[in-house]
Amino acid sequence: MKYMLLIYNNAAVLEALPAAERDAFMGEVDPIMKELMGSGELVGGEALAHPSNTKTVRVRDGVAATTDGPFAEAKEQLAGYLIVDCETPERAISIAERWPDAKYWAMEVRPIMDTAGTEM
Amino acid sequence: MTTHSGAEDLLRALAPQVLGALVRRYGHFDACEDAVQEALLAAAVQWPEQGIPDNPRGWLITVASRRLTDELRSEYARRRREDTALAMTPLDQFVAPAPGDEYPQAEDDTLTLLFLCCHPALSPSSQVALTLRAVGGLTTAQIARAFLVPESTMGQRISRAKQRIKATGIPFQLPPEPERTDRLDAVLHVLYLIFNEGYTTSSGPDLHRAELTGEAIRLTRGLHRLLPDDGEVAGLLALMVLTDARRPARTRADGGLVPLAEQDRTLWQSGSIEEGVALITRTLARAPLGPYQIQAAIAAVHGEAARAEDTDWPQIVALYRVLARISPGPMVTLNHAIAVAMAQGPQAGLDMLATLDADDRLAEHHRLDAVRAHLLEMAGDRAAARAGYQRAARRTTSLPEQRYLEARAARLAEP
Repeated sequence: MKYMLLIYNNAAVLEALPAAERDAFMGEVDPIMKELMGSGELVGGEALAHPSNTKTVRVRDGVAATTDGPFAEAKEQLAGYLIVDCETPERAISIAERWPDAKYWAMEVRPIMDTAGTEM
Repeated sequence: MTTHSGAEDLLRALAPQVLGALVRRYGHFDACEDAVQEALLAAAVQWPEQGIPDNPRGWLITVASRRLTDELRSEYARRRREDTALAMTPLDQFVAPAPGDEYPQAEDDTLTLLFLCCHPALSPSSQVALTLRAVGGLTTAQIARAFLVPESTMGQRISRAKQRIKATGIPFQLPPEPERTDRLDAVLHVLYLIFNEGYTTSSGPDLHRAELTGEAIRLTRGLHRLLPDDGEVAGLLALMVLTDARRPARTRADGGLVPLAEQDRTLWQSGSIEEGVALITRTLARAPLGPYQIQAAIAAVHGEAARAEDTDWPQIVALYRVLARISPGPMVTLNHAIAVAMAQGPQAGLDMLATLDADDRLAEHHRLDAVRAHLLEMAGDRAAARAGYQRAARRTTSLPEQRYLEARAARLAEP
């Protein structure tokens, strides 16, 4: 089963971390990525640019309006995602638990819709 | 010049060893002899120019095997499989056995390879990937496409599996008798997983996944040839053939799922149904009973009903009762409940479903909601049925199932 692991963080807080702490934070990612690549569980993933680069697009009554900044006004923003193909949901959750952002903010683990189905 | 004659001496010394290894492995002495000759010729041309390889015997065996398999079987897939088998064989296996030792047969090697690929030290997804490549002869790219992952992901999975086999020192030999039954169960499970991965794919852009169904049937057919007396191998083959016979009727043109009761049975492949029914009938009469055989028998009962209303539900209930005894589980109870509802009325089925509410393995599963909704609909409780379909639609992670469940719910909203 494939899962998307959504990484949420607060860019301002992350930037404000002392350099050593930030390096340690980033350093936790490498072994996890190496493990996921080695096991053949990593399907893909991307990091997103700083939330200030976001454009929010809305179309109302056929008129498009584009505003700067993310749609959600929450302090935590989507910072990136991973897609993993795991044997069990527990495994996907355990990967999320080890991702450093989970310690400060949160990770969401969501199953990806499949195009297969049984004849019910 | 020294290199040249050195190579020639080496070739002469190695030629009988290489031939012995090939004959032991493949039989066909005449074809092996030709293949070894060609390999020796290739070595005579290449070694003086490129230097003698680190492992000249391994080089010759590899080249000779390629020539041999080219000649014996032109199919590319076959060649892949046997090359991989060869590559995974420890070199000491090529040393001629002591006099009196048995020569293993090529068929045993295939079976051994299948046991190796489905070894319990490997994760289920690795077992599946390795079996498809080493035994099935599919390329990494084909397997990756079938499982909708990047080729690099699948390549890692396979190489990890091979490393694991190496690291755990799993020998290339048939498992000893006491554990062989369990190990065969694992092999059958892997074949079943491959089949399902293909079968549950509906249509459209994922159609290539359906090739997995054909591959699973081909591999299981091969296993059945190797172990004709094993009832569960025959049972699994019959189950696959009977299930696959319904394929043309199970999806609409738009990819939507058609439930068994609503399928146009004239679309079922009658030849496959006949084959499956004959196989399971023959098997049930002579082999010890097992879960795949019972599931095949259930599929056969469905297959023999020309119309949904002709289905022999009491027979299916009886088969589920046996299945629940020898291989109990929440999914079995779920399907048993459907059969009970069809044979004895929806309330009897709903009572049976109630026993599953306390089962953590299924309480949150969309199938339980979907089946309960279906039985509630049969019982005439439209509001509860609709709520059940909606809950199931929210919980499923399958797009076609979600579409189907939402349509069922919508139909009940109409007055």
